[in-house]
Amino acid sequence: MAEIVIKNLRKDFGDYTAVRGSSFTIADGEFFMLLGPSGCGKTTTLRMIAGLELPTAGEIYLDGEEISRRPPSARDIAFVFQMFALYPHMNVRQNISYPLISQGMKRRAVRAKVAEVAGMLGIQHILDKSVGGLSSGDRQRVALGRAMVREPRAFMMDEPLGALDAEFRERMAEELRALHDRMNATTVYVTHDQLEAMQMGDKIVVMNNAVVEQFGAPADIYDKPASRFVADFIGSPSMNFLKLNGPVSAGQTMLDLGGCRIDIPRQLEGCAGPLILGVRPEQVALSGSGALRARVRAVEYLGASQIVVLQSEYGELKARVEAAAPVSVGDNTGIVFNAETLSLFDKASGRAIRSSLNDGAFCHG
Amino acid sequence: MMGHFVMAEVTLEKLCKSFGREKAVIDLDLSIEDGGFVVLLGPSGAGKTTTLRLIAGLEKIDSGAVKIDGRIVNDEMPAERDVAMVFQQYSLYPHMSVRNNLAFPLRAPVFSFSEAEIARKVSEVAEILNITDKLDNRATELSGGEMQRVAIGRALVRQPAIFLMDEPLSSLDARLRADLRVELKRIQSDLGATLLYVTHDQIEALSMATKIGVLRDGALAQCGPPREIYEHPNSVYVAGRLGLPRINILPSDLFSATAGRADQIGLRPEHITYGAGEEAAVKRVEHLGDQIRLHLELKGHAITALSPKDNPCSAGSTIKIQPVNPLYFDENGNRMMERNL
Repeated sequence: MAEIVIKNLRKDFGDYTAVRGSSFTIADGEFFMLLGPSGCGKTTTLRMIAGLELPTAGEIYLDGEEISRRPPSARDIAFVFQMFALYPHMNVRQNISYPLISQGMKRRAVRAKVAEVAGMLGIQHILDKSVGGLSSGDRQRVALGRAMVREPRAFMMDEPLGALDAEFRERMAEELRALHDRMNATTVYVTHDQLEAMQMGDKIVVMNNAVVEQFGAPADIYDKPASRFVADFIGSPSMNFLKLNGPVSAGQTMLDLGGCRIDIPRQLEGCAGPLILGVRPEQVALSGSGALRARVRAVEYLGASQIVVLQSEYGELKARVEAAAPVSVGDNTGIVFNAETLSLFDKASGRAIRSSLNDGAFCHG
Repeated sequence: MMGHFVMAEVTLEKLCKSFGREKAVIDLDLSIEDGGFVVLLGPSGAGKTTTLRLIAGLEKIDSGAVKIDGRIVNDEMPAERDVAMVFQQYSLYPHMSVRNNLAFPLRAPVFSFSEAEIARKVSEVAEILNITDKLDNRATELSGGEMQRVAIGRALVRQPAIFLMDEPLSSLDARLRADLRVELKRIQSDLGATLLYVTHDQIEALSMATKIGVLRDGALAQCGPPREIYEHPNSVYVAGRLGLPRINILPSDLFSATAGRADQIGLRPEHITYGAGEEAAVKRVEHLGDQIRLHLELKGHAITALSPKDNPCSAGSTIKIQPVNPLYFDENGNRMMERNL
């Protein structure tokens, strides 16, 4: 059991603020992602939860107990780093056994525990090998095993797959997630890879410049971004942005884009503008009759779909269309947006304007 | 606009190269048509980079031939072959300005260009690459994407017969890679340049190539346009190289439909329909935004599928699935045509 509650957590390094008042809740058993670009404060947040950094202000609760000032060893949290720090002079079994032996556990009990963990990770056959000759995947599994034997209340992982190549990373990500589903231990995972976060996470916190931009389930963050930053950071290709003058007022359900009528979700608040209209590539359809016109600048075939790069009067747009759709460079086409999926942002603040689409989605823990 | 590139067709004939006992390239036949964008795709160790280095003249050929525009270049020095190579690391001169980095190859004695000609060529290339405003910056002041653009530019100014590129985008972040993919493809097609490009990234291969050569252990497994390779792979190996999520390779008798003498079927996630067929357990649902991925289990086999947005199902439930137009493979993993089943 481990529920982790973060309240107004702040960390300053001299004049530099690495984390500025974060608040969110990690439910028991959740696979929780801290996502953001480098320097956003995600690793510092993780290190504060693990006890490797002391917060400047704020609290961290582990199952209701405030732990932010406790030493790491008194928190019962295991940390898995990107660079798998294994003891090179020990074999796999000794590496995994080490945390138990140093706790003074009996030999027989250690053997049983190591066998159980090795079984879960599928590494029984390499237990007596030296760690020197292991593949990076096996090194990763051994590092995990060493964290797992202690049966900690929660796992902290700092880009554990960052060093692997793309194909192998995909496989390890699936393996790690399946392992989590068997153990159900609360896991906090730092990554800058949005796809990894979407794929593995039950919940995601998106951070930028030391601030939590949004907190929620992957689908909500993708469909209902709280800010232009989140909309841009999540998704590949990322959301398309079109500039508009505004204003927009509460109750409005359509916009005028150079004489073209664009239906939008009902707005729940007004904004003087200028505005940014956000539309996901898969919500852009090519249609001969579309009033908004564009020229096809490039077509990227991806097997199951195609990305069409369009040049419109309002800037460049990308559309994801079926692989079989007949489209070629130079085509003139109309474009149509799926109205109910459109987001509007206040250009000045970058904040999403509340609408029937995103109402209630921007909660904080 | 830059002058047209010289006609250049590059042909590899029964190309072989071993390092000691290790066979790196085996009987490789490949033609890179004039103006073609050919991508060699394969995992590390498949022989991609060695092939590139054999063409460039950086490795000695054991047997077979490299022909550039009909002439056998096996014994020519790299400089005589009229090829330009772009590497994964931006190999720029850090102490020089962007302008001098671009001009450097043109100042080689073999060219004897006047400074005026060099200046003209450099400014043309800078314009194509959108780096005109960076010409007077030092190379070290550029971002990763800009540096790689300059490295590509330095190859472009020479107007070689063929460009050889070794994973030039792999050190860039995902966003920049996507931008440069589109840009590189545009530059290549605007200039009519001939390009051989090596990568392990299937997205780069699918989106940029006029022709993909899939390499396996030093030999060519299949060669053809991207659509042909994706839709009609000739083996389990090739089918598995392309497609995200990966193709499902399953026993041929998993679904009741007759698969004749086939040993396995290949089922891309988008080739699964719902509502009829076999009952599969939903193990996990991933909301990736543009798609919903389902991890299913059917008689002990893991299957990855895509769920339509209007048909959400949750982990723990079951759904009926059946294949549409699966690919059939024999016991050696080779493709079987339906008529031969």
